Amino acid sequence: MYPRPFDYVAPTSLEEAFGALGDDAKVMSGGMSLIPLMKMRLFSPGVVVDIGRIDGLDGVEDIGDHIEIGALVRHATTASNELVKANAAALAAAAALTGDVQVRNRGTTCGALAHADVAADQPAGALACGAVMIAQSSSGTREIPASEFFVDSLTSALNPDEILTSIRVPKTGPGEGSAYDKLGRRGGHSDYAVAGAAAWIKKSNGSIEDARVGVTGVGTKPALATGVAEALIGTDGSDEAVKAASEKAVDDITVLEDLYGSEEYKTHLAKVYVARAVKQALAAI
Amino acid sequence: MEVSMTVNGREVTADVETRTLLVHFIREHLRLTGTHVGCETGYCGACTVHVDGKAIKSCTMFAVQADGANITTIEGMAANGELHPVQEGFWERHGLQCGFCTPGMIMSASALLEENDKPSEEEIRHGIEGNLCRCTGYHNIVRAVEYAGAKMRGEEPAPPDWEGGE
Amino acid sequence: MATTSVLGGSIRRREDPALIQGMGTYVDDLAPVGTLHIGFVRSPFARAKINSIDTTAAAEAPGVFAVYTHEDVAHLGELLAQVVIAKARPLLANGQVNHVGEAVAMVVAESTYQARDAADLVDVDYEPLKPVVDLKEAASDSQLVHDDLESNTIITWEAGPWGDEEGIAQTKETIAAAKERDDTVTVSIEAVNQRLIPVAIEPRAVLAEWMPGYSRFRVHSTTQIPHALMGAIAKTFGLDTNQVHVIAPEVGGGFGAKLNIYNDEILTCFAAQKLGRPVKWTETRREAPNSTIQGRGWVATATVTGTKDGEILGYELDALADMGAYEQNFTAAIPFLGLFVGSGQYKFPTHWKVDCVLTNTMTTDAYRGAGRPEAAYYIERVIDAFAREIGVDPVEVRKKNFFEKFDSGVTSPIGFEIDTGDYSTNLDKLVEVADYEALKAERDKAREEGRYVGIGVSAYCEVCGFAPTALSELGFSWSTYGLPAGFYGTSLVRVNPDVTVTVVTGTGPSGQGHQTTWSQVVSDRLGIPPERVRVMHGDTEDSPMGIGTFGSRSLAVDGSATFLAAERVADKARDIAAHLLEASADDIELDSEGGHVTGSPDSSVPWSDIAAAAYLPHRLGESELEGGLESHVIFDPPNATWPFGSHLAMVEVDPDTGNVEILRYITADDCGNVINPMIVAGQVHGGVVQGIGQAMYEEAIYDEDGNLLTGSLLDYPIPAAGDMPMFELSRTTTPTFCNSMGAKGIGEAGTIGSAQTIVNAVVDALAPLGVKHVDMPLRPKRVWAAIQEARG
Repeated sequence: MYPRPFDYVAPTSLEEAFGALGDDAKVMSGGMSLIPLMKMRLFSPGVVVDIGRIDGLDGVEDIGDHIEIGALVRHATTASNELVKANAAALAAAAALTGDVQVRNRGTTCGALAHADVAADQPAGALACGAVMIAQSSSGTREIPASEFFVDSLTSALNPDEILTSIRVPKTGPGEGSAYDKLGRRGGHSDYAVAGAAAWIKKSNGSIEDARVGVTGVGTKPALATGVAEALIGTDGSDEAVKAASEKAVDDITVLEDLYGSEEYKTHLAKVYVARAVKQALAAI
Repeated sequence: MEVSMTVNGREVTADVETRTLLVHFIREHLRLTGTHVGCETGYCGACTVHVDGKAIKSCTMFAVQADGANITTIEGMAANGELHPVQEGFWERHGLQCGFCTPGMIMSASALLEENDKPSEEEIRHGIEGNLCRCTGYHNIVRAVEYAGAKMRGEEPAPPDWEGGE
Repeated sequence: MATTSVLGGSIRRREDPALIQGMGTYVDDLAPVGTLHIGFVRSPFARAKINSIDTTAAAEAPGVFAVYTHEDVAHLGELLAQVVIAKARPLLANGQVNHVGEAVAMVVAESTYQARDAADLVDVDYEPLKPVVDLKEAASDSQLVHDDLESNTIITWEAGPWGDEEGIAQTKETIAAAKERDDTVTVSIEAVNQRLIPVAIEPRAVLAEWMPGYSRFRVHSTTQIPHALMGAIAKTFGLDTNQVHVIAPEVGGGFGAKLNIYNDEILTCFAAQKLGRPVKWTETRREAPNSTIQGRGWVATATVTGTKDGEILGYELDALADMGAYEQNFTAAIPFLGLFVGSGQYKFPTHWKVDCVLTNTMTTDAYRGAGRPEAAYYIERVIDAFAREIGVDPVEVRKKNFFEKFDSGVTSPIGFEIDTGDYSTNLDKLVEVADYEALKAERDKAREEGRYVGIGVSAYCEVCGFAPTALSELGFSWSTYGLPAGFYGTSLVRVNPDVTVTVVTGTGPSGQGHQTTWSQVVSDRLGIPPERVRVMHGDTEDSPMGIGTFGSRSLAVDGSATFLAAERVADKARDIAAHLLEASADDIELDSEGGHVTGSPDSSVPWSDIAAAAYLPHRLGESELEGGLESHVIFDPPNATWPFGSHLAMVEVDPDTGNVEILRYITADDCGNVINPMIVAGQVHGGVVQGIGQAMYEEAIYDEDGNLLTGSLLDYPIPAAGDMPMFELSRTTTPTFCNSMGAKGIGEAGTIGSAQTIVNAVVDALAPLGVKHVDMPLRPKRVWAAIQEARG
């Protein structure tokens, strides 16, 4: 309940923020993941760099063929913003199912992605929507595809000197749709995902031309189920085809047992939710 | 570190440790003890206050983050001796027992009604999901919020249902 | 009982205006000038020898006033507990820790943050020992929790009937003979009634002040039993009880977790006395699971033998109950409370045996229902399984085996005297309100569509307000705390000179609405409106020797004392009015205005004159009346009260995920006469949801090393608003003769009735697959696994 002491820096520009970063520093946006860890003294950074006062990071922008979601965009905004809903429906749906009202009012999409929790919702959405992470540091800007961003449990591809300043998501074009669904730890949709899946599907002439499926909750990290996507492509998206493809849900994932399920159960659930997400994505086209 | 904010319409300035949680600032520095602490993982919602009009958990925010913010706590809900409709609803529909979760619950419910003054049962339940209550089983909390919504719309609230089946 | 409209009315709660405005005072809200704060150093091991404790760095840390270990408090002895059979808790670990989270050292510092900082600097050298965590393993004694005990099993409660060895032997023979018969079926289930963490939303807190000038402690605590705490502190520190003033202000939920005496309460007093400063400790949620008692923790085999048409000839329960590492207030007595209702509403021979077993885990004790939910769970689960086996509707099987309606007592097969009951009428009410036949048709239709919908029913029998005080011989008293006070009810009712009423009651409520209900009771007797009645409680200095709030006892026992005290005050008011009006007291009626002579509207005297005469006794003239207008009553009921009821749930299971959704939840409860239906409904709602929490979500899980894996709300999910349905409530009314109001008790009933209702419903939903039992909590993973197993 009582965090250890730390130095607090609240830069008003990114340059200032880069200057404050270091080995013992931690970037904070909404603080929804960081502060509980600090309160439980499971993590005690020497310096907290609060980027909450930097101007220009709190918008959802239309930047041509992409939309850009800034570092300070809250889950509540991601869930309800019309640009996000139209162009990254899976991410918006995942944001709507993140935490609770108070968490969504304060936590940020970029913060949740950078935290890289194995059971968080939005990483699946980011993976399926083909998001690109914009990581900035004093030495420049890196664009990291979502597929390379989630490295391990609570570990992203960000370097200690980098800040995830925004994500870019390609706009949804004709014949495309995406969706997210999960089983929460409390059953239904509540709480962290026991298993969750986001799917993005592109259909043309009655068959699936392209697909991306992100899976969360079941393994060491949120990950793309590339086998599912490959199996879907070229099919008509029938229930049978979806079911067959969903069998590959965890081909690229190391499934881990936890309090909420055995390896067998979580493997099964991943398939169930992959199928559900794919069907919902198809229906959303 | 010096922080300034507006709490229930009053300007306050204080020198706090950077690690001071907003809820401790509210309770211990300002002695506004209606905002409660029920957990440390941000799950129970007993510490819910409004920061710049949004319901947030004051145990998951440092006081220094609230520098310059406009904060409303449960003590700021009643105006000129009149209860807020949500407070009235909780009283009229027995939406509380021990009362410990109640301030946070009222803050969440009032924020919900600000955005949607006619929420369905499901929307109410979704809107207060970040507030745990161990006494009421939520049934009468839902009824309390429905009551408040009706009041805020200028409608007559539905009668209570606790005599049902008798 | 003559009643006014006040009694039985859903009046708004008197408690609420303060609480809804954030102006209620809870212990942690208090901070006298100079208050110091405690941080505990707790064991990371379930069982370890302590080689040394180095407090040097902590003592030198900023803001630190003191660091204490066992040696500093050894002279105070062990933590007092009402029922100690084998092992009491040390105040601070004495050379060895026996569960994760056990308090090893205590830091006192200027702020909560500094106390935590310094606690982290205490260096404890532990030598880990092998713990025993699994209940069955502990029962086998392959490894002892305490080397100085011969067995981990500290007591066995056996009954059928209770206390009668010959009767037990006979019951066993009867049941064995029934099993031998060709026309009988025997059905057994082995089931876990898992450990639960109570999770009152208010964490526990204690604030102690020592006033050396007066040699007195003033202690604010989040307790359900302020008087017991007063006694325990006095006895521990060698003080008289009137040197200890305990106050329980607003208490943010108790559920049994605050029905205890805790080492932190004693230690906070110790530090306050030693340091001459107010000292406060407020539990954090993360330490709570191992600093506050847990509940349940049973593994049992329940067996029913009966005929194929549903007549049950015998019921057996063979159980292990987890005590944890140390005993506290009632620990080993909790299964005994289950014994009271071990045979439910039924008349068939019953044999009960529960072994109380120590493990290297946190102590268990009373959690809402305390033994009775366990009892109800097993009997109602196995009856359901039996009904399913013989293919008879579970409602019919229950009704076939109920006691017939009785209104002057019946002896249960376990050997307890039950006051009144009308079980069939109650179950009929549930069937009617739920439209059971229509629900079954709906379920069957859903099944045809390939959906897994199920209906579960449970009946339950509860026991409230353990009484009479003769039960003190079984431990039902606060004798260990130096107070030979049995579980009576107590209340003082006083009409003040300004015609307000002050009621001082012996309860320690935590949300039950005593201010409101007691006001109604008093108003009913006196005629003075409830808003002029103030009810005080939870303060040992101001109140009569009270017992506290637990076991759904308050209304039936202390409320009845209030009723009687108010009646005596009313008698006196009538006497005074008669004197002033020169009439006969028998002809005086009281109402909100004052006293009136029956049939003579002009012959009246206002309350203000009655009160004035009481406090200006010369006005009583030559009558034999004394001054004052108050009465203090200690009420010792002839028996406990025995509420009952029946619940029905309709659920749907998603076979792909194992997710359970509650579609309907319908209750028919019978708690006798009701004072405030609104408050009763609230108790049922909350009680049911705690039972549903056990059925579906909650489980304290320890790993084999004794680490609690579910130590925060993150991994110990209690029900949230989105998970729960609206409830459909109904009641039948079977008054008790054990108190003047005919009221029984409702605080725990919902919890006692609900867990098995949900499990029965889920098993019914999965019955087409052949699933016969699923252990709680019915998390999706477990339901899914049961489906897989049934499908082979």
